[in-house]
Amino acid sequence: MSDQAFVRTEMLPEKEPPASTVGIVGWLRENLFSGWFNSILTVVALGFIYYVLSGLVPWVFQSVWNADSLNECREIMTETWGSTHGHACWGVVNERWLQLLYGFYPDHLYWRVNLALVLTLVALAPVLFAEQSPRQLWYLTAAYPFLMPWLLWGGSIWGPIMVAAGFAIGYLGYRILVPVAGGLVAIIAAFALPIIWWLFLAGGVAGAIDSVIPIGIEAVESRKFGGFMLAVLLGIVAIGCSLPIGIVLALGRQSDLFIVKTLCVGFIEFIRGVPLITLLFVASLLLNLFLPPGTNFDIILRVMIMMTLFAAAYMAEVIRGGLAALPKGQYEGADSLGLNYWQAQRLIIMPQALKISIPGIVSTFIGIFKDTTLVSIIGLFDVIGLSNAIRADTAWNGIYWELFAFIAFLFFIVCFSMSRYSMYLERKLHTGH
Amino acid sequence: MKKSVIFGALTVAGLAAGAAAAGTLDDVKARGKLNCGVTTGLVGFAAPDANGEWGGFDVGVCRAVAAAVLGDPKAVEFVPTTGKTRFTALASGEIDMLARNTTWTFSRDVDLKFTFVGVNYYDGQGFMVPKELGVSSAKELDGATVCIQTGTTTELNLADFFRSNNISYEPVPIETNAEAQQQYLAGACDVYTTDASGLAATRATFEDPSAHVLLPEIISKEPLGPLVRHGDDNWGDVVRWTLNALITAEELGVSSANIGEMSAGTNNPEVNRLLGSEGNLGEMLGLSADWAKNAIMASGNYGELFEKNIGENTPIGLARGLNAQWTDGGLIYSPPFR
Repeated sequence: MSDQAFVRTEMLPEKEPPASTVGIVGWLRENLFSGWFNSILTVVALGFIYYVLSGLVPWVFQSVWNADSLNECREIMTETWGSTHGHACWGVVNERWLQLLYGFYPDHLYWRVNLALVLTLVALAPVLFAEQSPRQLWYLTAAYPFLMPWLLWGGSIWGPIMVAAGFAIGYLGYRILVPVAGGLVAIIAAFALPIIWWLFLAGGVAGAIDSVIPIGIEAVESRKFGGFMLAVLLGIVAIGCSLPIGIVLALGRQSDLFIVKTLCVGFIEFIRGVPLITLLFVASLLLNLFLPPGTNFDIILRVMIMMTLFAAAYMAEVIRGGLAALPKGQYEGADSLGLNYWQAQRLIIMPQALKISIPGIVSTFIGIFKDTTLVSIIGLFDVIGLSNAIRADTAWNGIYWELFAFIAFLFFIVCFSMSRYSMYLERKLHTGH
Repeated sequence: MKKSVIFGALTVAGLAAGAAAAGTLDDVKARGKLNCGVTTGLVGFAAPDANGEWGGFDVGVCRAVAAAVLGDPKAVEFVPTTGKTRFTALASGEIDMLARNTTWTFSRDVDLKFTFVGVNYYDGQGFMVPKELGVSSAKELDGATVCIQTGTTTELNLADFFRSNNISYEPVPIETNAEAQQQYLAGACDVYTTDASGLAATRATFEDPSAHVLLPEIISKEPLGPLVRHGDDNWGDVVRWTLNALITAEELGVSSANIGEMSAGTNNPEVNRLLGSEGNLGEMLGLSADWAKNAIMASGNYGELFEKNIGENTPIGLARGLNAQWTDGGLIYSPPFR
């Protein structure tokens, strides 16, 4: 037994890994300096980052916050740092940030805008985080399309209530007519009745009730709307309305019914073939010439409609991509279960198709949200329009980068949030292996 | 405005289009507000301040008209218009008048069917160059790169000027004045050309204005003035004579400071006619007797408006020049109030 010189009878304790493979050093070696080529790239990249930050950081932080004009800013800079170069003048943001956010909205009514924003987030909760939200919130979400405009524009409460009544009328008409006249007539009536109601009756009835029971809040004209609030408002409406319209258009485009299909294809191709700015010009200028003089068709409503249609056409194609990605077996499986068309769409096709299209859908959302800045070209004071107006003030004429930096910051917050949410949603809905 | 419009039901509120055939003056009085088209922002001429209150030289004209018609200089709805939307807004009736540094030209007057009621600022296209370039005349600019706003009359004037002087240039197209400032300061172009008032305003914002010079040549005529639609002469008269009242007030020495005592009656019959203590000029226009007094009190006479918004004591620092009263050798001249 003793011919074996040495037998270890106990385990050696684990040794520390070599210092060069763990901790900071190890991470650096592995990720930044894993070869001569990568090492060179790292050094160059670090140099570049230093170059950018060495200019940017002093510009952002060695800056003037309290000044009433660009000249005052420059005086303070010269006093403090000896030169005006490389220092931001945030005084303009300090003085005008409320205007950049709310436009010309009366300042004693800012709370209404804030409340509308909070309401938006709460009403979105059941849509965005369906599992974590109480079911009662759905009622708020249903009321939101009528509450939000009322909060922002103010006026009599009966206006939005009468608009909401249109939907009830359509629904009632459908329920009453189905047993009497059959499905097709009922569906046609369900669309026609509310339109007749809105066009010819709602205004009068709302006015009549209002003269008896006047309940309302101070009205604010569309012209007072502006700033980032306008971008958010247009964005929310375009995003909220374009998704359902886009789904319908995408289904219509795949339909076997000739007229439906032709209409949908024609609409999508026409809208996608025209630049958004052209549509906005049509909304702001041409419509004015076509409508009878004295017609008061709200400019923001016109822009909302155009942006929604534009976004819907793109949305339809994104969703069609999702539909096309589904294997044919899914459709046939739905048919074999005996589901009718709408049941199949709702239970089997759409959940999968929408999940596939999430990145595309959110891209379209972000795109349309940023496109809202185009309204500055037709004379609406969104943030970009306001930055021009601020520059037209003798105190701030010549200021440039500070305003755009602030605007970019605002947009980044919103767009980045949308992007992060879509990634969360993709992870949550991930059912693959 | 009907709320239902906002909430999606297309309310064709004014289907009774016959009502719109009434005069603009009656419309404005019935509405209680003047819809005045202004620019979306031009230094000294029109810009909203931090509280959203509009101010500026063109804005002053709007306020004077509102004061003359409605007695309240605040009864104005300012409709911001861009260079592209301004004429449609006026033609479609969205605005009652346009006071947006718009050049009076033949085709705008005749072909677009507008009536220019007068001139409130005589402008002209000029050149700005850095002093170190050592240029003293625009004719020495052979081969220069020129920053020029696209799609404006300035572009055409520039081409005409260089062609008639047989020299060449290279255009650097830009979209807005703010962009032009950045490009010019960054040295992307040797010369910046636009209206002389705009050049002065731009130069005033530079860190070192004295390093840049405006060349003496003015290569175009740009008479800027308020305009209204063709076909409503009564309303045109109201705007025209409100502007004339501001000009005449300066000529006669009536200012917002002394108008109180002057309106009680003076020895000068023209002042009395202007301010309504004699004669019935206001009635002829369909306005109250003190219409001109209200207009002048809104933000002062023509000279006061000029000094307050774009004159030599402002950062823009424009001299009166062509815009002095005719008695001082300028072109500002109003027909008599008689």
